Amino acid sequence: MPLAQLLQAEFFYFALLAGVSLALVAGPLGSFIVWRRMSYFGDTLAHSALLGIAIGLITDSNAQLSIVISCLVLAFILTLLDRKPTLSSDTLLGILAHSSLAIGILVLALTSSQRVNLEAYLFGELLTVAGQDLLWIMVVIAIVASLLLRFWNDFLAITVHAELAEIEGLNVRGLNLLLVMLLALTIAVSMKIVGVLLITSLLIIPPAAARQLAKTPEKMALIASGIGIASVFTGVLTAFYLDTPVGPTIVVVATLVFFLLAAFSGKSSA
Amino acid sequence: MSDPASTRHSTAAAETPDASARSESMPLIAASDINKSFAGRPVLQHVDITLNAGKAVTLIGPNGAGKTTLVRILLGLLAADSGTIRRQDDLRIGYMPQRVAVEATMPLTVQRFLKLARRQSTERISEALRLLSIEHLAEQQLIALSGGELQRVLLARALLPDPHLLILDEPAQGVDLTGQAELYQLIGRLRADLGCGVLMISHDLHLVMSATDEVVCLNHHICCHGEPDQVSNDPAFIDLFGPNLSPGLALYTHNHNHEHDIAGDVKSCDH
Repeated sequence: MPLAQLLQAEFFYFALLAGVSLALVAGPLGSFIVWRRMSYFGDTLAHSALLGIAIGLITDSNAQLSIVISCLVLAFILTLLDRKPTLSSDTLLGILAHSSLAIGILVLALTSSQRVNLEAYLFGELLTVAGQDLLWIMVVIAIVASLLLRFWNDFLAITVHAELAEIEGLNVRGLNLLLVMLLALTIAVSMKIVGVLLITSLLIIPPAAARQLAKTPEKMALIASGIGIASVFTGVLTAFYLDTPVGPTIVVVATLVFFLLAAFSGKSSA
Repeated sequence: MSDPASTRHSTAAAETPDASARSESMPLIAASDINKSFAGRPVLQHVDITLNAGKAVTLIGPNGAGKTTLVRILLGLLAADSGTIRRQDDLRIGYMPQRVAVEATMPLTVQRFLKLARRQSTERISEALRLLSIEHLAEQQLIALSGGELQRVLLARALLPDPHLLILDEPAQGVDLTGQAELYQLIGRLRADLGCGVLMISHDLHLVMSATDEVVCLNHHICCHGEPDQVSNDPAFIDLFGPNLSPGLALYTHNHNHEHDIAGDVKSCDH
Protein backbone atom coordinates (compact mmCIF):
# COMPACT_ATOMS: atom_id res chain seq x y z
CA MET A 1 0.00 0.00 0.00
CA PRO A 2 1.53 3.35 -0.97
CA LEU A 3 2.09 5.86 1.81
CA ALA A 4 -0.49 8.38 0.53
CA GLN A 5 -3.18 5.76 0.63
CA LEU A 6 -2.10 4.58 4.05
CA LEU A 7 -2.31 8.08 5.41
CA GLN A 8 -5.93 8.26 4.34
CA ALA A 9 -6.91 4.98 5.93
CA GLU A 10 -8.93 5.28 9.12
CA PHE A 11 -7.57 2.09 10.67
CA PHE A 12 -4.04 3.49 10.45
CA TYR A 13 -4.91 6.34 12.79
CA PHE A 14 -6.93 4.09 15.07
CA ALA A 15 -3.95 1.77 15.36
CA LEU A 16 -1.54 4.61 16.04
CA LEU A 17 -3.78 6.25 18.62
CA ALA A 18 -4.36 2.97 20.46
CA GLY A 19 -0.67 2.15 20.44
CA VAL A 20 0.40 5.63 21.53
CA SER A 21 -2.11 5.69 24.41
CA LEU A 22 -0.78 2.40 25.68
CA ALA A 23 2.86 3.49 25.30
CA LEU A 24 2.08 6.64 27.27
CA VAL A 25 1.04 4.81 30.46
CA ALA A 26 3.38 1.89 29.79
CA GLY A 27 6.30 4.23 30.54
CA PRO A 28 5.47 5.02 34.19
CA LEU A 29 3.59 1.78 34.89
CA GLY A 30 6.32 -0.32 33.33
CA SER A 31 8.92 1.53 35.39
CA PHE A 32 7.18 0.31 38.53
CA ILE A 33 7.19 -3.24 37.17
CA VAL A 34 10.95 -2.96 36.63
CA TRP A 35 11.61 -1.34 40.03
CA ARG A 36 9.44 -3.79 41.92
CA ARG A 37 10.56 -6.84 39.91
CA MET A 38 7.02 -7.65 38.93
CA SER A 39 7.47 -8.71 35.32
CA TYR A 40 6.47 -12.28 36.07
CA PHE A 41 3.44 -10.91 37.86
CA GLY A 42 2.56 -8.98 34.69
CA ASP A 43 2.91 -12.12 32.61
CA THR A 44 0.52 -13.97 34.88
CA LEU A 45 -2.05 -11.21 34.59
CA ALA A 46 -1.66 -11.15 30.82
CA HIS A 47 -2.18 -14.88 30.52
CA SER A 48 -5.29 -14.64 32.60
CA ALA A 49 -6.67 -12.26 30.01
CA LEU A 50 -6.97 -15.23 27.66
CA LEU A 51 -8.90 -17.05 30.35
CA GLY A 52 -11.13 -13.98 30.47
CA ILE A 53 -11.87 -14.29 26.76
CA ALA A 54 -12.72 -17.95 27.21
CA ILE A 55 -15.06 -17.15 30.08
CA GLY A 56 -16.62 -14.41 27.98
CA LEU A 57 -17.27 -16.89 25.17
CA ILE A 58 -18.76 -19.52 27.46
CA THR A 59 -21.03 -17.11 29.25
CA ASP A 60 -21.73 -15.24 26.02
CA SER A 61 -20.90 -11.91 27.64
CA ASN A 62 -18.95 -8.90 26.45
CA ALA A 63 -15.36 -9.97 25.70
CA GLN A 64 -13.71 -6.71 26.82
CA LEU A 65 -15.59 -6.71 30.08
CA SER A 66 -14.82 -10.33 30.90
CA ILE A 67 -11.12 -9.73 30.17
CA VAL A 68 -11.04 -6.76 32.53
CA ILE A 69 -12.92 -8.60 35.25
CA SER A 70 -10.78 -11.73 35.07
CA CYS A 71 -7.58 -9.64 35.17
CA LEU A 72 -8.81 -7.64 38.16
CA VAL A 73 -9.97 -10.74 40.02
CA LEU A 74 -6.68 -12.54 39.42
CA ALA A 75 -4.71 -9.46 40.48
CA PHE A 76 -6.71 -9.33 43.69
CA ILE A 77 -6.18 -13.03 44.40
CA LEU A 78 -2.46 -12.68 43.74
CA THR A 79 -2.07 -9.81 46.20
CA LEU A 80 -3.93 -11.85 48.82
CA LEU A 81 -1.71 -14.88 48.25
CA ASP A 82 1.36 -12.69 48.32
CA ARG A 83 0.77 -12.09 52.03
CA LYS A 84 1.18 -15.77 52.81
CA PRO A 85 4.91 -16.26 53.15
CA THR A 86 4.51 -20.05 53.22
CA LEU A 87 3.94 -20.13 49.47
CA SER A 88 6.75 -19.34 47.09
CA SER A 89 5.28 -16.56 45.00
CA ASP A 90 7.52 -17.46 42.09
CA THR A 91 6.15 -21.00 41.90
CA LEU A 92 2.63 -19.79 42.48
CA LEU A 93 2.84 -17.25 39.67
CA GLY A 94 4.24 -19.94 37.38
CA ILE A 95 1.36 -22.26 38.12
CA LEU A 96 -1.30 -19.59 37.68
CA ALA A 97 0.26 -18.04 34.58
CA HIS A 98 0.55 -21.20 32.58
CA SER A 99 -2.57 -22.93 33.80
CA SER A 100 -4.71 -19.91 32.91
CA LEU A 101 -3.06 -19.74 29.49
CA ALA A 102 -3.62 -23.46 28.93
CA ILE A 103 -7.21 -23.39 30.13
CA GLY A 104 -7.89 -20.35 27.96
CA ILE A 105 -6.52 -22.05 24.83
CA LEU A 106 -8.38 -25.25 25.65
CA VAL A 107 -11.71 -23.50 26.04
CA LEU A 108 -11.18 -21.50 22.86
CA ALA A 109 -10.44 -24.74 21.01
CA LEU A 110 -13.55 -26.46 22.39
CA THR A 111 -15.80 -23.59 21.37
CA SER A 112 -14.27 -23.64 17.89
CA SER A 113 -17.69 -23.27 16.32
CA GLN A 114 -17.15 -19.56 16.75
CA ARG A 115 -13.82 -19.79 14.94
CA VAL A 116 -11.84 -17.48 17.13
CA ASN A 117 -8.50 -16.32 15.85
CA LEU A 118 -6.15 -17.53 18.57
CA GLU A 119 -3.16 -15.83 17.02
CA ALA A 120 -4.85 -12.46 17.29
CA TYR A 121 -5.25 -12.92 21.03
CA LEU A 122 -1.72 -14.16 21.53
CA PHE A 123 0.06 -11.52 19.44
CA GLY A 124 -2.48 -8.74 19.08
CA GLU A 125 -4.26 -7.33 16.05
CA LEU A 126 -3.68 -3.64 16.24
CA LEU A 127 -4.88 -2.98 12.71
CA THR A 128 -8.35 -4.27 13.45
CA VAL A 129 -8.86 -1.77 16.28
CA ALA A 130 -12.24 -0.22 15.55
CA GLY A 131 -13.75 3.04 16.77
CA GLN A 132 -15.39 1.44 19.77
CA ASP A 133 -12.24 -0.45 20.76
CA LEU A 134 -10.28 2.76 20.58
CA LEU A 135 -12.75 4.60 22.78
CA TRP A 136 -12.63 1.78 25.34
CA ILE A 137 -8.82 1.73 25.32
CA MET A 138 -8.55 5.50 25.66
CA VAL A 139 -11.07 5.78 28.50
CA VAL A 140 -9.35 3.08 30.53
CA ILE A 141 -5.89 4.50 29.79
CA ALA A 142 -7.08 7.96 30.86
CA ILE A 143 -8.31 6.55 34.18
CA VAL A 144 -5.06 4.67 34.74
CA ALA A 145 -2.96 7.70 33.81
CA SER A 146 -4.80 10.08 36.12
CA LEU A 147 -4.56 7.69 39.09
CA LEU A 148 -0.87 7.11 38.39
CA LEU A 149 -0.31 10.84 38.38
CA ARG A 150 -2.36 11.41 41.51
CA PHE A 151 -0.55 8.73 43.56
CA TRP A 152 2.84 8.95 41.88
CA ASN A 153 4.79 10.06 44.95
CA ASP A 154 3.04 7.55 47.19
CA PHE A 155 3.71 4.69 44.78
CA LEU A 156 7.36 5.73 44.68
CA ALA A 157 7.57 5.92 48.46
CA ILE A 158 6.19 2.40 48.99
CA THR A 159 8.47 1.08 46.25
CA VAL A 160 11.64 2.54 47.77
CA HIS A 161 10.85 1.51 51.35
CA ALA A 162 7.45 0.12 52.28
CA GLU A 163 8.07 0.13 56.04
CA LEU A 164 9.28 3.71 56.10
CA ALA A 165 6.26 4.74 54.04
CA GLU A 166 3.93 2.97 56.46
CA ILE A 167 5.50 4.67 59.47
CA GLU A 168 5.06 8.00 57.73
CA GLY A 169 1.37 7.24 57.47
CA LEU A 170 0.81 5.78 54.01
CA ASN A 171 -1.66 2.96 53.49
CA VAL A 172 0.86 0.56 51.97
CA ARG A 173 -1.55 -2.33 51.41
CA GLY A 174 -4.13 -0.13 49.75
CA LEU A 175 -1.56 1.50 47.50
CA ASN A 176 -0.10 -1.88 46.56
CA LEU A 177 -3.51 -3.13 45.61
CA LEU A 178 -4.26 0.01 43.61
CA LEU A 179 -1.01 -0.27 41.67
CA VAL A 180 -1.71 -3.90 40.83
CA MET A 181 -5.24 -3.01 39.74
CA LEU A 182 -3.91 -0.29 37.43
CA LEU A 183 -1.56 -2.85 35.96
CA ALA A 184 -4.40 -5.32 35.50
CA LEU A 185 -6.55 -2.72 33.75
CA THR A 186 -3.77 -1.70 31.41
CA ILE A 187 -2.98 -5.29 30.51
CA ALA A 188 -6.64 -6.03 29.92
CA VAL A 189 -7.09 -3.25 27.38
CA SER A 190 -3.75 -3.69 25.68
CA MET A 191 -4.49 -7.26 24.68
CA LYS A 192 -5.90 -6.04 21.39
CA ILE A 193 -2.73 -4.07 20.74
CA VAL A 194 0.15 -6.46 21.32
CA GLY A 195 -1.53 -9.63 22.55
CA VAL A 196 -1.24 -11.78 25.64
CA LEU A 197 2.31 -12.98 25.07
CA LEU A 198 3.90 -9.64 24.34
CA ILE A 199 2.17 -7.18 26.70
CA THR A 200 4.77 -7.43 29.45
CA SER A 201 7.57 -6.78 26.98
CA LEU A 202 5.99 -3.48 25.95
CA LEU A 203 5.74 -2.59 29.64
CA ILE A 204 9.30 -3.43 30.64
CA ILE A 205 11.51 -2.87 27.58
CA PRO A 206 11.02 0.93 27.26
CA PRO A 207 11.75 1.59 30.98
CA ALA A 208 14.74 -0.75 30.86
CA ALA A 209 16.04 1.20 27.87
CA ALA A 210 15.31 4.53 29.59
CA ARG A 211 17.15 3.55 32.76
CA GLN A 212 20.51 4.29 31.17
CA LEU A 213 19.52 7.87 30.35
CA ALA A 214 17.68 8.90 33.53
CA LYS A 215 18.83 10.41 36.83
CA THR A 216 15.43 10.54 38.54
CA PRO A 217 12.43 8.18 38.55
CA GLU A 218 10.31 10.80 36.78
CA LYS A 219 12.75 11.15 33.92
CA MET A 220 12.97 7.41 33.56
CA ALA A 221 9.18 7.15 33.26
CA LEU A 222 8.95 10.00 30.75
CA ILE A 223 11.80 8.77 28.57
CA ALA A 224 10.24 5.30 28.67
CA SER A 225 6.96 6.74 27.39
CA GLY A 226 8.88 8.48 24.63
CA ILE A 227 10.69 5.31 23.60
CA GLY A 228 7.39 3.42 23.69
CA ILE A 229 5.64 5.96 21.44
CA ALA A 230 8.54 6.00 19.00
CA SER A 231 8.49 2.20 18.91
CA VAL A 232 4.76 2.18 18.15
CA PHE A 233 5.18 4.63 15.24
CA THR A 234 8.18 2.88 13.79
CA GLY A 235 6.70 -0.54 14.42
CA VAL A 236 3.38 0.20 12.73
CA LEU A 237 5.05 1.69 9.65
CA THR A 238 7.63 -1.09 9.43
CA ALA A 239 4.92 -3.73 9.74
CA PHE A 240 3.15 -2.14 6.78
CA TYR A 241 6.14 -2.21 4.52
CA LEU A 242 7.44 -5.61 5.55
CA ASP A 243 3.93 -7.05 5.85
CA THR A 244 4.71 -8.45 9.29
CA PRO A 245 2.45 -8.82 12.36
CA VAL A 246 2.25 -5.42 14.05
CA GLY A 247 2.53 -6.37 17.75
CA PRO A 248 5.76 -8.36 17.39
CA THR A 249 7.20 -5.68 15.09
CA ILE A 250 6.65 -2.98 17.74
CA VAL A 251 8.31 -5.16 20.36
CA VAL A 252 11.28 -5.84 18.07
CA VAL A 253 11.73 -2.11 17.47
CA ALA A 254 11.64 -1.41 21.23
CA THR A 255 14.17 -4.16 21.80
CA LEU A 256 16.49 -2.67 19.18
CA VAL A 257 16.26 0.70 20.95
CA PHE A 258 17.13 -1.03 24.22
CA PHE A 259 20.24 -2.67 22.79
CA LEU A 260 21.32 0.48 20.98
CA LEU A 261 21.09 2.50 24.19
CA ALA A 262 22.79 -0.23 26.22
CA ALA A 263 25.69 -0.36 23.77
CA PHE A 264 25.91 3.42 23.60
CA SER A 265 25.88 4.01 27.36
CA GLY A 266 28.22 1.07 27.91
CA LYS A 267 30.71 2.76 25.60
CA SER A 268 30.37 6.20 27.15
CA SER A 269 30.80 4.97 30.72
CA ALA A 270 33.81 2.79 29.90
CA MET B 1 -0.87 3.94 63.96
CA SER B 2 -4.03 2.03 64.76
CA ASP B 3 -2.57 -0.33 67.26
CA PRO B 4 -5.43 -1.94 69.15
CA ALA B 5 -3.23 -2.40 72.22
CA SER B 6 -2.37 1.24 72.44
CA THR B 7 -4.29 3.82 74.35
CA ARG B 8 -4.24 7.54 73.80
CA HIS B 9 -3.12 9.91 76.45
CA SER B 10 -4.78 13.21 77.08
CA THR B 11 -2.80 15.08 79.67
CA ALA B 12 -1.05 18.38 80.07
CA ALA B 13 1.57 17.17 77.62
CA ALA B 14 -0.92 17.27 74.79
CA GLU B 15 -1.82 20.89 75.46
CA THR B 16 1.75 22.09 75.51
CA PRO B 17 3.27 20.58 72.44
CA ASP B 18 6.73 22.14 72.58
CA ALA B 19 9.63 19.81 73.26
CA SER B 20 10.80 21.29 76.56
CA ALA B 21 7.38 20.94 78.15
CA ARG B 22 7.25 17.35 76.97
CA SER B 23 10.50 16.47 78.71
CA GLU B 24 9.11 17.73 81.99
CA SER B 25 5.90 15.78 81.91
CA MET B 26 4.87 12.52 80.28
CA PRO B 27 7.06 9.92 78.67
CA LEU B 28 6.97 9.99 74.85
CA ILE B 29 6.08 6.32 74.78
CA ALA B 30 5.43 4.07 77.74
CA ALA B 31 4.94 0.40 77.03
CA SER B 32 4.21 -2.07 79.77
CA ASP B 33 3.85 -5.82 79.97
CA ILE B 34 4.20 -6.32 76.22
CA ASN B 35 3.80 -9.89 75.04
CA LYS B 36 4.12 -11.16 71.50
CA SER B 37 4.45 -14.61 69.99
CA PHE B 38 4.93 -15.75 66.42
CA ALA B 39 3.43 -19.14 65.57
CA GLY B 40 3.23 -20.06 69.26
CA ARG B 41 6.85 -19.14 69.90
CA PRO B 42 7.08 -16.33 72.44
CA VAL B 43 9.27 -13.50 71.14
CA LEU B 44 8.54 -10.88 73.78
CA GLN B 45 7.50 -11.63 77.34
CA HIS B 46 6.44 -9.04 79.90
CA VAL B 47 8.51 -6.28 78.35
CA ASP B 48 8.35 -2.79 79.86
CA ILE B 49 10.05 0.15 78.22
CA THR B 50 9.73 3.90 78.67
CA LEU B 51 11.06 6.52 76.30
CA ASN B 52 11.49 10.09 77.51
CA ALA B 53 12.21 13.33 75.71
CA GLY B 54 15.90 14.20 75.62
CA LYS B 55 16.94 10.72 76.75
CA ALA B 56 18.65 8.06 74.67
CA VAL B 57 17.81 4.42 75.26
CA THR B 58 19.73 1.61 73.58
CA LEU B 59 18.19 -1.78 73.03
CA ILE B 60 20.84 -4.45 73.04
CA GLY B 61 20.58 -8.20 72.73
CA PRO B 62 21.60 -11.18 70.61
CA ASN B 63 20.18 -11.91 67.17
CA GLY B 64 16.60 -13.07 67.36
CA ALA B 65 16.11 -11.58 70.82
CA GLY B 66 13.03 -9.66 69.71
CA LYS B 67 14.59 -6.21 69.40
CA THR B 68 13.14 -5.40 66.00
CA THR B 69 9.77 -6.87 67.00
CA LEU B 70 9.65 -4.59 70.03
CA VAL B 71 10.52 -1.56 67.88
CA ARG B 72 7.84 -2.48 65.34
CA ILE B 73 5.30 -2.69 68.16
CA LEU B 74 6.40 0.69 69.55
CA LEU B 75 6.09 2.16 66.06
CA GLY B 76 2.57 0.79 65.73
CA LEU B 77 3.46 -1.41 62.74
CA LEU B 78 2.69 -4.55 64.67
CA ALA B 79 0.06 -5.25 67.30
CA ALA B 80 1.17 -6.77 70.59
CA ASP B 81 -0.71 -9.84 71.81
CA SER B 82 -1.20 -8.15 75.16
CA GLY B 83 0.09 -5.18 77.11
CA THR B 84 -0.45 -1.45 76.94
CA ILE B 85 1.30 1.21 74.92
CA ARG B 86 0.79 4.86 75.73
CA ARG B 87 1.98 7.36 73.18
CA GLN B 88 1.87 11.09 73.53
CA ASP B 89 -0.68 12.75 71.30
CA ASP B 90 0.66 13.90 67.95
CA LEU B 91 3.98 12.26 68.65
CA ARG B 92 6.29 12.78 65.69
CA ILE B 93 8.63 9.85 65.19
CA GLY B 94 11.67 9.91 62.93
CA TYR B 95 12.54 6.37 61.94
CA MET B 96 15.77 5.11 60.46
CA PRO B 97 15.35 1.60 59.06
CA GLN B 98 18.05 -1.02 59.35
CA ARG B 99 18.79 -0.87 55.67
CA VAL B 100 17.44 0.48 52.45
CA ALA B 101 18.05 -1.81 49.52
CA VAL B 102 17.62 0.53 46.59
CA GLU B 103 16.95 -1.24 43.33
CA ALA B 104 19.76 -0.55 40.88
CA THR B 105 17.04 -0.17 38.25
CA MET B 106 15.68 2.96 39.95
CA PRO B 107 17.57 6.18 39.38
CA LEU B 108 17.23 8.10 42.65
CA THR B 109 19.24 11.02 43.94
CA VAL B 110 19.64 11.75 47.63
CA GLN B 111 17.55 14.90 47.20
CA ARG B 112 14.71 12.99 45.49
CA PHE B 113 14.85 10.28 48.15
CA LEU B 114 14.42 12.88 50.89
CA LYS B 115 11.57 14.46 48.92
CA LEU B 116 9.70 11.16 49.20
CA ALA B 117 9.17 11.73 52.91
CA ARG B 118 5.63 12.75 53.70
CA ARG B 119 6.58 15.58 55.99
CA GLN B 120 9.25 17.57 54.22
CA SER B 121 10.08 20.89 52.67
CA THR B 122 13.04 22.14 50.69
CA GLU B 123 14.21 24.13 53.73
CA ARG B 124 13.99 21.16 56.08
CA ILE B 125 15.86 18.98 53.60
CA SER B 126 18.71 21.51 53.33
CA GLU B 127 18.74 21.80 57.11
CA ALA B 128 18.93 18.02 57.60
CA LEU B 129 21.69 17.72 54.98
CA ARG B 130 23.60 20.47 56.77
CA LEU B 131 23.19 18.91 60.23
CA LEU B 132 24.68 15.68 58.92
CA SER B 133 27.35 17.45 56.84
CA ILE B 134 26.24 15.76 53.63
CA GLU B 135 25.19 18.76 51.54
CA HIS B 136 27.65 17.65 48.88
CA LEU B 137 25.76 14.36 48.41
CA ALA B 138 22.42 15.94 47.47
CA GLU B 139 22.70 15.21 43.74
CA GLN B 140 24.46 11.85 44.14
CA GLN B 141 22.70 8.64 43.19
CA LEU B 142 21.64 6.66 46.26
CA ILE B 143 23.14 3.41 44.94
CA ALA B 144 26.55 5.08 44.52
CA LEU B 145 26.88 5.96 48.23
CA SER B 146 29.20 4.24 50.68
CA GLY B 147 27.76 2.50 53.75
CA GLY B 148 28.50 5.44 56.03
CA GLU B 149 27.09 7.98 53.57
CA LEU B 150 23.89 5.98 53.11
CA GLN B 151 23.38 5.76 56.89
CA ARG B 152 23.72 9.54 57.12
CA VAL B 153 21.16 10.00 54.36
CA LEU B 154 18.75 7.70 56.20
CA LEU B 155 19.37 9.64 59.40
CA ALA B 156 18.67 12.87 57.49
CA ARG B 157 15.33 11.47 56.38
CA ALA B 158 14.50 10.52 59.97
CA LEU B 159 15.10 14.17 60.96
CA LEU B 160 12.68 15.58 58.36
CA PRO B 161 9.45 15.36 60.41
CA ASP B 162 11.11 17.42 63.21
CA PRO B 163 10.76 14.38 65.45
CA HIS B 164 10.10 14.23 69.17
CA LEU B 165 11.53 10.74 69.08
CA LEU B 166 14.19 9.20 66.85
CA ILE B 167 14.04 5.44 66.44
CA LEU B 168 17.19 4.02 64.89
CA ASP B 169 17.44 0.35 63.95
CA GLU B 170 21.13 -0.57 63.95
CA PRO B 171 22.23 2.85 62.74
CA ALA B 172 25.86 1.82 62.29
CA GLN B 173 25.23 -1.24 60.18
CA GLY B 174 27.56 -1.60 57.23
CA VAL B 175 29.80 1.21 58.49
CA ASP B 176 33.49 0.72 59.27
CA LEU B 177 34.69 1.03 62.85
CA THR B 178 35.88 4.65 62.74
CA GLY B 179 32.72 5.58 60.90
CA GLN B 180 30.63 3.88 63.59
CA ALA B 181 32.20 5.90 66.38
CA GLU B 182 31.62 9.07 64.36
CA LEU B 183 28.02 8.15 63.67
CA TYR B 184 27.26 7.56 67.34
CA GLN B 185 28.92 10.85 68.27
CA LEU B 186 26.74 12.51 65.67
CA ILE B 187 23.60 10.91 67.09
CA GLY B 188 24.59 12.08 70.57
CA ARG B 189 25.08 15.61 69.27
CA LEU B 190 21.77 15.61 67.38
CA ARG B 191 19.93 14.53 70.51
CA ALA B 192 21.48 17.37 72.47
CA ASP B 193 20.77 19.90 69.71
CA LEU B 194 17.23 18.83 68.94
CA GLY B 195 16.19 17.77 72.43
CA CYS B 196 14.47 14.67 71.10
CA GLY B 197 14.30 11.23 72.65
CA VAL B 198 16.26 8.45 71.01
CA LEU B 199 15.73 4.72 70.84
CA MET B 200 18.52 2.74 69.22
CA ILE B 201 19.00 -0.90 68.47
CA SER B 202 22.63 -1.89 68.66
CA HIS B 203 24.88 -4.90 68.86
CA ASP B 204 27.85 -3.08 70.26
CA LEU B 205 27.49 -1.64 73.73
CA HIS B 206 31.05 -0.38 73.75
CA LEU B 207 30.55 1.95 70.79
CA VAL B 208 27.13 3.10 71.82
CA MET B 209 28.05 3.84 75.45
CA SER B 210 28.91 7.49 74.94
CA ALA B 211 25.69 8.19 73.07
CA THR B 212 23.18 6.58 75.40
CA ASP B 213 21.72 7.28 78.84
CA GLU B 214 20.13 3.92 79.39
CA VAL B 215 20.74 0.43 78.10
CA VAL B 216 18.02 -2.17 77.96
CA CYS B 217 19.30 -5.68 77.51
CA LEU B 218 16.69 -7.80 75.80
CA ASN B 219 16.52 -11.52 75.22
CA HIS B 220 12.78 -12.15 74.78
CA HIS B 221 12.37 -10.60 78.21
CA ILE B 222 14.30 -7.74 79.74
CA CYS B 223 17.41 -9.26 81.33
CA CYS B 224 18.69 -6.05 82.83
CA HIS B 225 18.61 -2.33 82.27
CA GLY B 226 20.27 0.79 83.58
CA GLU B 227 23.14 3.13 82.81
CA PRO B 228 25.71 1.78 80.35
CA ASP B 229 28.48 0.88 82.83
CA GLN B 230 25.93 -0.50 85.25
CA VAL B 231 24.61 -2.84 82.60
CA SER B 232 28.04 -3.87 81.39
CA ASN B 233 28.73 -5.11 84.91
CA ASP B 234 25.43 -6.85 85.30
CA PRO B 235 25.74 -10.62 85.56
CA ALA B 236 22.79 -11.06 83.21
CA PHE B 237 24.54 -8.97 80.59
CA ILE B 238 27.85 -10.81 81.01
CA ASP B 239 26.00 -14.08 80.84
CA LEU B 240 24.46 -13.06 77.53
CA PHE B 241 27.46 -11.52 75.86
CA GLY B 242 30.43 -13.00 77.72
CA PRO B 243 32.98 -11.07 79.76
CA ASN B 244 35.11 -10.12 76.78
CA LEU B 245 32.61 -8.24 74.66
CA SER B 246 35.27 -5.62 74.23
CA PRO B 247 38.56 -4.89 76.01
CA GLY B 248 37.20 -1.69 77.53
CA LEU B 249 34.24 -3.45 79.04
CA ALA B 250 36.26 -6.35 80.37
CA LEU B 251 38.35 -3.87 82.32
CA TYR B 252 35.31 -2.26 83.92
CA THR B 253 33.90 -5.65 84.73
CA HIS B 254 36.98 -6.66 86.64
CA ASN B 255 37.04 -3.51 88.73
CA HIS B 256 33.50 -3.59 89.96
CA ASN B 257 32.54 -7.19 89.95
CA HIS B 258 34.53 -8.90 92.69
CA GLU B 259 31.68 -10.97 93.97
CA HIS B 260 30.96 -12.52 90.58
CA ASP B 261 32.66 -15.31 88.80
CA ILE B 262 33.67 -14.01 85.39
CA ALA B 263 33.40 -17.46 83.84
CA GLY B 264 29.64 -16.93 83.67
CA ASP B 265 28.41 -19.12 86.51
CA VAL B 266 26.21 -16.34 87.77
CA LYS B 267 22.76 -16.45 86.30
CA SER B 268 20.19 -13.90 87.22
CA CYS B 269 17.82 -14.87 84.48
CA ASP B 270 16.98 -18.04 82.65
CA HIS B 271 16.80 -18.21 78.90
